[in-house]
Amino acid sequence: MTEEIYDHQGENLPPATHHDQQTISEENLTTYWQSNLRLLAKLLSVWFLVSFGCGIILADWLDQFSLFGFKLGFWFAQQGAIYAFVALIFIYSWRMKTLEHKFGVDDDEENS
Amino acid sequence: MTTQILTYLFVSASFILYIGIAIWSRAGSTKDFYVAGGGVHPVMNGMATAADWMSAASFISMAGIISFMGRDGSVYLMGWTGGYVLLALLLAPYLRKFGRFTVPDFIGERYYSKGARIVAVICLIFISFTYVAGQMRGVGIVFSRYLEVEVTTGVIIGMAVVFMYAVLGGMKGITYTQVAQYCVLIFAYMVPAIFISIMITDNPIPQLGFGSEVNDGSGLSVLQKLDGVLMDLGFNAYTAGTKSTIDVFAITAALMFGTAGLPHVLVRFFTVPKVSDARLSAGYALVFIAILYTTAPAVASFARLNLVDTLHNSSYEQAPQWFSNWEQTGLVGWEDKNDDGIMHYSAGSDNEVTVDRDIMVLANPEIANLPGWVIALVAAGGVAAALSTAAGLLLVISSAISHDVLKKTLMPNISEKQELLFARLAAAVAVCVAGLFGIYPPAFVAQVVAFAFGLAAASLFPALLLGIFYKPMNKEGAITGMLVGLIFTFSYIVYFKFVSPQLNTAEHWLFGISPEGIGFIGMLLNIICAFGISKITNPPPLEVQNLVDDIRIPAGAGIAHQH
Repeated sequence: MTEEIYDHQGENLPPATHHDQQTISEENLTTYWQSNLRLLAKLLSVWFLVSFGCGIILADWLDQFSLFGFKLGFWFAQQGAIYAFVALIFIYSWRMKTLEHKFGVDDDEENS
Repeated sequence: MTTQILTYLFVSASFILYIGIAIWSRAGSTKDFYVAGGGVHPVMNGMATAADWMSAASFISMAGIISFMGRDGSVYLMGWTGGYVLLALLLAPYLRKFGRFTVPDFIGERYYSKGARIVAVICLIFISFTYVAGQMRGVGIVFSRYLEVEVTTGVIIGMAVVFMYAVLGGMKGITYTQVAQYCVLIFAYMVPAIFISIMITDNPIPQLGFGSEVNDGSGLSVLQKLDGVLMDLGFNAYTAGTKSTIDVFAITAALMFGTAGLPHVLVRFFTVPKVSDARLSAGYALVFIAILYTTAPAVASFARLNLVDTLHNSSYEQAPQWFSNWEQTGLVGWEDKNDDGIMHYSAGSDNEVTVDRDIMVLANPEIANLPGWVIALVAAGGVAAALSTAAGLLLVISSAISHDVLKKTLMPNISEKQELLFARLAAAVAVCVAGLFGIYPPAFVAQVVAFAFGLAAASLFPALLLGIFYKPMNKEGAITGMLVGLIFTFSYIVYFKFVSPQLNTAEHWLFGISPEGIGFIGMLLNIICAFGISKITNPPPLEVQNLVDDIRIPAGAGIAHQH
């Protein structure tokens, strides 16, 4: 039953990488995944803090301060959170590349 | 040349461009049709995603909505951008590694059942059709406003253009037209925004002008002055909110998680070559989106300030030209209640000026005294925004039908050629159905578009997230979760919007959460049920657990694991 549904022959798989002939140790895989989860926890805390934190829950309190002519809570809700979101994605992208090289699970192609 | 001729010229030129791209990028295989061959450059995909994402509503209505909601409008700004962080960090890279064509593909294989796939298809069609109906209507309205044709004619022209590149080119055609559409729409949005920022604050960058002093010598900043004038007229202060904190929290969350669960956005990340490209591409997409989303609140405040300044307590005779231009369309109006010939604008019953929120973007070029070609450009931008979103939605609907329902469930033996033919047919049918929705809009459409997000958050997002991050999640848990989330959210919305609209006030809401934000609660229910059921039923087969291991690492498909 499972066999016919789960064929593992993807039609749109990413290209082969220089790791294809290699065996990656279980230990490397586990540590890689745990480092990823730790990084995610850190970045998602920032994500929560700038939007739900500074933009909503703490916004009224933050409004007593001012930044570039804005009340601070208002600035976070209508500008700051969006800038932070952009930064978070690029930081994640860059940190993950480093982690992947460290544990040998990157997706660099064979000839690069 | 008159503005009207320029508008026709710009819009037709943009159509020729889109159709040209469609002919150049015809799809030759199912892989081309569903995922543009899986070889789109991350920056290109970022632009296409941004155009896919920003609909006629983002382009025309969002600044106006924020203009009238003030601080409460922040839910849309944070909600419709924050979801990209979740997408880039939690979903897109893993779904790319999984390497199939559609979102139900993942759910069907990860939860090893045709049942799960079909439930996902139902969620997808539900979400996408609610969304696309609003888009086709938007296409019609944009056409009728700028080209002065009937809404129906507008919808038919829009359908014909989308038909050309969606049916011919599939995802490949759509991707490259969306790149062109993004360039048109962002240029059309920024030019008037920059000029209106200079007009009000002397600062050419709207995001900075937003916090600067007004150049009328008062020494007040834009927001201080806006708070002051609005309070004098009896409105709430612009920078003060009226919604409860819990409702703002829930709406923002529903929009964010919903964004991350929208199939037409997720599938865009199936088109880049690699896992690391998917992450990067989500970053570029958000940059391109943020350009418009950080400008919109600035435009909102400038336009509101300018509106009060030029209209309130000025005589009708001396009203600016744009006011009389747009009065003919019914988007602005004046009724002289006290017969003094002076326009009086206020929050009270003595208000004489009516303003449609869309005017905040539509009339901007005229308010800033820009030449006719800018107005023509804004028209082309509005059309681009509406068409690009409609095309993206139609594609996910047609691939769900041809790939998930036909190829993977009902007719597994069809050849690739036949599947491609079915995909084109499904796209053609979807375009026609969406067009009918646009011509004969069901009364509920305008109200439910925003709820597509709640439904996506409550149904698809948790199933995808748990499928990647929680290996023991099994089909029983995931299917129950999706159904509970979908049915709960749907019933809550239908109850308050259609069954008992008179009860749609904060004291009757569950925990004070409005129907717009209830998707967040639906999502929590989904996760709780999924966990509960998965604990008391059989764990997923070993094969599926290996699949989860495999999608968690970016390295190649054929890689061996040492167990």
